[in-house]
Amino acid sequence: METSNKTGYLDMELLRFTTAGSVDDGKSTLIGRLLYDSKSIFEDQMEAIESASERAGNGEVNLALLTDGLRAEREQGITIDVAYRYFATPRRKFIIADTPGHIQYTRNMVTGASTADLAIILVDARNGVVEQTVRHSYIASLLDIKHIVVCINKMDLVDFSEMVYDQIRRSYKQMASRLALPDVKFIPISAKLGDNVVTPSDNMPWYIGRTLMEILETTHVEHRSESAFRFPVQYVIRPQSDNFHDFRGYAGRIAGGVVRQGDKVTVLPSGRTSVVTSIFHSDRQLDQASSPQSVSICLVDDIDISRGDILVATDQTQPAVSKDVTMTVCWFNENPLAVGGKYIIRHATRETVGIVKSIGNKIDVNTLGLETGVTYLNMNDIATVTIRTAQPLVFDDYERNRTTGSLIFVDKDTFETCGAGMITLEHKEV
Amino acid sequence: MKDGKITHLHELESEAIYVLREVAAQFERPVILFSGGKDSIVVTHLAYKAFYPSRIPFPLLHIDTGHNFRETIQYRDALVERLGAKLIVGSVQESIDTGRVKEETGYNASRNKLQTTTLLDTIEKYKFDAAIGGARRDEEKARAKERFFSHRDEFGQWDPKNQRPELWNIFNGLKNVGEHFRIFPISNWTEMDVWQYIYRENIEMPSIYYTHERDVFYRDGQWLAAEDCMKLRPDETVERRRVRCRTIGDISCTGLTLSQADSMVDIIDEIAATRITERGGRADDKRSETAMEDRKIAGYF
Repeated sequence: METSNKTGYLDMELLRFTTAGSVDDGKSTLIGRLLYDSKSIFEDQMEAIESASERAGNGEVNLALLTDGLRAEREQGITIDVAYRYFATPRRKFIIADTPGHIQYTRNMVTGASTADLAIILVDARNGVVEQTVRHSYIASLLDIKHIVVCINKMDLVDFSEMVYDQIRRSYKQMASRLALPDVKFIPISAKLGDNVVTPSDNMPWYIGRTLMEILETTHVEHRSESAFRFPVQYVIRPQSDNFHDFRGYAGRIAGGVVRQGDKVTVLPSGRTSVVTSIFHSDRQLDQASSPQSVSICLVDDIDISRGDILVATDQTQPAVSKDVTMTVCWFNENPLAVGGKYIIRHATRETVGIVKSIGNKIDVNTLGLETGVTYLNMNDIATVTIRTAQPLVFDDYERNRTTGSLIFVDKDTFETCGAGMITLEHKEV
Repeated sequence: MKDGKITHLHELESEAIYVLREVAAQFERPVILFSGGKDSIVVTHLAYKAFYPSRIPFPLLHIDTGHNFRETIQYRDALVERLGAKLIVGSVQESIDTGRVKEETGYNASRNKLQTTTLLDTIEKYKFDAAIGGARRDEEKARAKERFFSHRDEFGQWDPKNQRPELWNIFNGLKNVGEHFRIFPISNWTEMDVWQYIYRENIEMPSIYYTHERDVFYRDGQWLAAEDCMKLRPDETVERRRVRCRTIGDISCTGLTLSQADSMVDIIDEIAATRITERGGRADDKRSETAMEDRKIAGYF
């Protein structure tokens, strides 16, 4: 590695991606390969998996062992929970949300996808597009992941056949035409041998596209700075010290758009308006700030603003303000969601109580078929749900803003996070 | 920000500040677990930035094994003074004296594991409901599955198979009486990110992170400090070497790196070129393949 490249390192962009695959399609091997070929594996980690491979009697060094964290996972050879991995190339830094394929699959994949800019969907070249592929692609579209990379893996087991690759690509496109996926790319790979992961494949000269790593390094990262200004207030900073006697800063992370000194803002849900006098990032004053920066904002008027309120730009598109909210819900809990059920609702920085008013269509994530007349949702179910909240929520359509468009359901007795909702503004059935 | 581009350090900083502010908003008695290591120094720096111009709204808690580097304690006291923060010290020696824990014996005796009891006792004594730590997911396999808001039951234990899903930026800190949370604002940072950030922010660090001469001895593939609390085997000899710390725990489990790095730029270059993980220098992780997972379940940092 270049040792005189420090300033280059300080300037890197961050890409968050998620990996989805079913059991045995080589997902752990692919991640191991990305880490290994980008030289992100250290000697002591390599020694640890070499000795573990020996003990397990696998013969060769098993790159998949790099990603199995918990004791039960290694004992059973399965992955239980979402795990986060990190690696960097000279061009970018990456965070992988590695989601297991089977146990609590919806919960895990939805969690991993919720922060991802890109999703890698693995398809076994021997099996082609299967139920899990449909499920993973649906969840990626539901969570509004902008970039999908379909890796057709284990090409070494189908003689690196271009025909097999083309056929899988065609059937995927046909399936995906029913989903809203804006950007889909295909790559034939062998994670085990490394073909087209980081280095181009000698075995597949017919593939002239980019390697997976090249795609990861160049895909555009969206920071929502072009969307309307949204600022959920987290905390009010009031030092009440001699130097800052009247200081009142609204602390939060910009969830969309840009804010400048002098901007007119509206506080929602109250509807009062004011003007931005200053923007602080710690002890530095800024002329402007944009998503996803964490700042404190001071206003000209001393109005009543507290945690849970949202500041928006007065002259831009306004969010909805309502106690009635319709969304697509993914349910994670063993206790089913039912009409009439009461939950704690967490939306942006607001906490309130909500009651389930109705359940609409439920989707079968494996076939994309719809079921009507549903009265409750079990774990891993996905359906349209309408709730009524005690306090009004200030929200956007999930596709417009992931922060103001999402919420979670919390059980009021156990306090477990038991469901996630992606808000739809127009009445859209799943 | 350069040319309006959000770099990885901006994004990680922004995320960590968001998490720290959520803690202040959601909990009644949070505390920062301060070890004097680089990660807890960065967390404390982020807390300063998150609440400026207010003071950090939480005290700092140091679990003192009694086997700390002198430089760590000096640095800690100066930092607390500068920030005007409140410092609470939980003493492992006291836990030993009162019979709460039994000191390990033998050449590899370490007080590292004993810290867990002192930590849990101190959390209970002060009724802390959120303990903020500098652990990172890239450090160790079991930590890769850790949440930002990590729930602990009334016994202080972690249940890795039954964690609350954490979606988007929504952190659920609701809990029943007696339970608490561990909070990890720099979960998504790597060792390299931490050093780059220290460099970018020009954060003052304890002197032992830079090269210095020290009496050391070699054991099980690593250099250890020859301090009074360390018992040498008959075949081990003390040498004077130029070393520095890559990560700081207590003396018994902090491996030292032979290094000439005497500036932050040198350290970053060294990290970029190095081929051993930082915890590779920690004797406590080498005890078994699931050493970290076992300690975490029991309530370790």
